[in-house]
Amino acid sequence: MTDSGKVAQEAGVSGGGPLVVLENVNKYFGELHVLKDIDLTIHRGEVVVVIGPSGGGKSTLCRAINRLEPIDDGTIRIDGQPLPEDGKELAQLRADVGMVFQSFNLFAHKTILQNVTLGPTKVKKVGAADAEQHAMELLERVGIASQAEKYPAQLSGGQQQRAAIARALAMRPKVMLFDEPTSALDPEMIKEVLDVMTNLAAEGMTMVVVTHEMGFARASANKVVFMADGQIIEENTPEEFFTNARSDRAKDFLSKILTH
Amino acid sequence: MNLHQLLDFAPVFDHLGQILSGFWTTVRLSAATAVFALIIGTAVAGMRVSPIPVLRAAGTLYVNIFRNTPLTLILLFCGLGLRDTLGLWTNADASLSGYWLSVLGLSVYTAAFICESLRAGINTVPLGQAEAARSIGLTFNQSLRLVVLPQAFRSVIAPLGSVLIAMIKNTSVALVAGSVEAAAVMKQMFDDVGGTIPVFLGFAIGYMILTLPTGYFFGWLAKRMAVSR
Repeated sequence: MTDSGKVAQEAGVSGGGPLVVLENVNKYFGELHVLKDIDLTIHRGEVVVVIGPSGGGKSTLCRAINRLEPIDDGTIRIDGQPLPEDGKELAQLRADVGMVFQSFNLFAHKTILQNVTLGPTKVKKVGAADAEQHAMELLERVGIASQAEKYPAQLSGGQQQRAAIARALAMRPKVMLFDEPTSALDPEMIKEVLDVMTNLAAEGMTMVVVTHEMGFARASANKVVFMADGQIIEENTPEEFFTNARSDRAKDFLSKILTH
Repeated sequence: MNLHQLLDFAPVFDHLGQILSGFWTTVRLSAATAVFALIIGTAVAGMRVSPIPVLRAAGTLYVNIFRNTPLTLILLFCGLGLRDTLGLWTNADASLSGYWLSVLGLSVYTAAFICESLRAGINTVPLGQAEAARSIGLTFNQSLRLVVLPQAFRSVIAPLGSVLIAMIKNTSVALVAGSVEAAAVMKQMFDDVGGTIPVFLGFAIGYMILTLPTGYFFGWLAKRMAVSR
């Protein structure tokens, strides 16, 4: 794959082969064409930030990668494997793809610790003691170990989102998808979540992040993908994108958000 | 029959043993039916939200048949159809076969209502819960069993209580399938000593002793088990 090798060089990532490959992906919501001929390759260890105006297809793209949104056309491959249609194979593949939602979606009837151990014990059949130990390490890492026995509703939004990140990490995923992880948070809680994500990026986790946090994109992304009207308009390094965007659509978008 | 006879409490106490044994059958019918109806109802609810169209159709058909058929008809079918015509359970002891045929009829009927309550409960669980469950690699069955249904059950405890209270009172039709429960004893007493107010009151109170605590228990449970979001 000389093509993707070139992209990796451009993105400045060395050694990581392609991990998530989208080819010619199309998706419709009824009449609405929400993903138009999407081609995107995400390499191992790469942090890809997807930005763009609302309704541009960013979240749909993110959700298509673990098939929470089925696509109508094209292929998505993760670690060389095409996404299975359904059933056990799909569940197995999802276990390798961590997902963090805008609205956290912690299991409301389970404690934070149970939220984190559920996947490992039920999907990977890890023993309860091992799962708990790993879960506590992760909760420690995201800074909420002291909240382990509480229920999600007893935590602040920032704490809930960090717990959700720990829940996804507990599956030891190959890639993490973040679908606007800070959009539902108060400003002061955004930082604590972004700090966790920045650390994760620094440790070499492969990440796809849909966000409006330009600071995070500048600091941690290897690649910025600008999406509008269901298309990838521009793919670039953060420096190039923020200082010297090629497309008028991106320039227009940046001028609106960066003037504040 | 004169007023004195109409208000005579003596027959109630004279027949106390018979009445209590009738209510004991009511309790046994209700308990067994509650268990089977919950199991069948949960299974059918699972079918009705399944991604497999055939299962969904089968679940819908089940609910439409049993929710829209009078209970008396179902129980008569169990007694006259299954036992007398098809010859099922005929060699068993008559009261025992009557009991199990009644449980069968009551269970399949009540299950349709439990299924629909539960399905309403499933709709109260935010979509994100199931998406999160799938995203960590749980299969459909696992996410239903471990994430969606536990929350759905908690949100419909109070309405399930109403379904079970209705079921307890519905056991009063079980006579037609051959169960001699409380209402059957009452009918017998009406024949023997007449339809007097004390007899009627005695049985009404008897049913309330069963249903009122059920209602309070489910109300308490609903509060205790509520999921905060």
